[in-house]
Amino acid sequence: MREKPKLSKEIVRFVKFMISEIKPKPPYITPFNVITVPIILVGLVILVIRFSQGLGAVTNLSQEFPWGFWIGFDVITGVALAGGAYVITFIVYVMRVEKYHPVANVTVLNGFLAYVFYAGALILDLGRPWNIINPIIGNSFGFNSVMFLVAWHFLMYMAAEFIEFSPVVAEWLGWKKVKKWLSAITLGAVIFGITLSTLHQSGLGALFLMAKAKIHPLWYSEFIPILFFTSSIFAGLTMVIMEGTLSHRVLKDHIDPEHHASHDEITIGLAKFATVAVFVYYFFKLLTFLHNKQWTMLNDFWGFWYILEVVGFVLIPGCLLAFGVKQRNTSIIRVGSIMAIAGVILNRLNVSIIAFKWDAPVKYYPSWQEIVVTLMIISIEIWVFRWVVSRMPVMKKRKA
Amino acid sequence: MKRRSFFKLAGAAGLTLTGKSAIAQEPVEQTEFVGVLVDTTRCIGCRSCEVACAKAHDLPVPDIRNDGALEKVRTTSETQWMVVNRYETEKGAVFVKKQCMHCWQPGCTSACLTNAMYKTRSGPVIWRSKKCMGCRFCMVSCPFDIPKFEYHSTNPRIQKCNLCWERLQEGKKPACVEACPTDTLMFGLKRELMEIARVRVYRHPQDYVHKIYGMSDVGGTGWLYLSAVPFENIGFRTDLGTTPYPEFTTDFLYAVPVVLFGLPAFLMGLNMLARSNEEKSSGRE
Repeated sequence: MREKPKLSKEIVRFVKFMISEIKPKPPYITPFNVITVPIILVGLVILVIRFSQGLGAVTNLSQEFPWGFWIGFDVITGVALAGGAYVITFIVYVMRVEKYHPVANVTVLNGFLAYVFYAGALILDLGRPWNIINPIIGNSFGFNSVMFLVAWHFLMYMAAEFIEFSPVVAEWLGWKKVKKWLSAITLGAVIFGITLSTLHQSGLGALFLMAKAKIHPLWYSEFIPILFFTSSIFAGLTMVIMEGTLSHRVLKDHIDPEHHASHDEITIGLAKFATVAVFVYYFFKLLTFLHNKQWTMLNDFWGFWYILEVVGFVLIPGCLLAFGVKQRNTSIIRVGSIMAIAGVILNRLNVSIIAFKWDAPVKYYPSWQEIVVTLMIISIEIWVFRWVVSRMPVMKKRKA
Repeated sequence: MKRRSFFKLAGAAGLTLTGKSAIAQEPVEQTEFVGVLVDTTRCIGCRSCEVACAKAHDLPVPDIRNDGALEKVRTTSETQWMVVNRYETEKGAVFVKKQCMHCWQPGCTSACLTNAMYKTRSGPVIWRSKKCMGCRFCMVSCPFDIPKFEYHSTNPRIQKCNLCWERLQEGKKPACVEACPTDTLMFGLKRELMEIARVRVYRHPQDYVHKIYGMSDVGGTGWLYLSAVPFENIGFRTDLGTTPYPEFTTDFLYAVPVVLFGLPAFLMGLNMLARSNEEKSSGRE
């Protein structure tokens, strides 16, 4: 036991440590930086215009299309793709499958950052963001609003994910006692987080239940919440597979050699879970289709578009994943994963934008400013992710 | 059945309220929903109501003599809480006023997470600026596409008809009703308006289609319409059904507490099972 350091000394040490850690590390000129820095700068200028002249100055939103790319892609699609965190924590901490432990930290970090940035993007889209405290501090609770539920769950889930990730932060800061204590409450945070995820993943679908008269009947169903929930499971898992592939190429130095070796095993295992989820989702999709007796709707553009989504980007990637697992071929699994991710993106955009008011005379399409701001959000998120991964022991196995 | 229980609830709320106000010696507050009956067979398309509405709410007043607005079908906008449209039908030109329908169970108010969209006790659906955070979920959830948003403002508001809520509190009629020279518009309790509408259809069965729009559409609306031609020919959606819009989300919302308390227990159980399995297998080794 070493002597207890004085608090003042400890603070000085902490500040020095933070200053040294916050500094960016070379190399400064990398292809990623060269691409993202201009995007971020232009995005910031667009945001200044958005907040000084109103949403209409930079977006193509209209009275017909109150929700555009920022909601449909950033929030609704982004959150679905961040579903990996609750699935992985379920496998690792609830079911205690040790094999997947090496990807737990990085997935939780990804999930946390995705929520902070993509759910945070909601604030950019709010017309009157200064009133955002109203549903939080309790002077106006709209209890019967799905949006109220989703907003609260976003907030609480971010807290839960931060707690799940916090042992890594504590280890980085060298706070051993805090880390021990935080590790002890991980399971509680995980269970809370999974429950919240179940509800807000499906809640994002429930947002569209009252848009019954506006969404093309092939995409509207009273089971949208269940469809959104099941698809978020494989959306998250396939994202974990792809993120793993990427980080093994890009962030080699920060990964345990032991983890490196087990990477293919993990990929195949995750693909197995994803395959099951894809087929459950496909089955639900088929069931709602048959239940609503929609055969006659298939013979026009929207019918073909629907078939493309359900067969081309659900059934086929499902088969590819299953085949890849059987052959133990990670390349096939990766192709299947990319297609499954594309399928979820397509589905979310269909429900929220493309098949929304499908019969409107003037359709919505995102302005270049909306797309740049979206790219900016993604870029900043990757910056923060890179900063955390290169400093904290994220990719190393956590010793409880 | 659901509507009846809703009435019961409204009645109970009314009773408690009368109890309170009796002590305070205040006039009994209105607890029955008001509405407006629109008889489209009487409208001559003079658009006096549009002018009155704009004046009552500080909106740009339309130049009804020269703007030629009846040439095409319009919708309400962030500067027009109501519009009159002309439709050519087999019975000649028909003029139809369009504005917020003031649903009995509105989608917009149940969508609102801050209660900014608010169904008042006497029926008008109003928007409260201090609560709204501008998420525009009300616009997504309105079956009639009525709430409009000021996209080119740094302090954007939701704009829609509020049934002249401020005038009603002064004991006046809505501005449009007061301005109508042909008795097309009639303001009153919805219950009484329904009786009047039924009598008109009964007495002149050849002059009207036998449907009162708003009687039960989307669960019933504050505004009621009579017409000589089928409603789908004069710009109404007749495919919206009779289910009140909030009911599309009730199943989901009822499931929330079940999941919120049930799922953690289930997960705890799974975790304990996984732990005991681990102990067993490690014991065997």
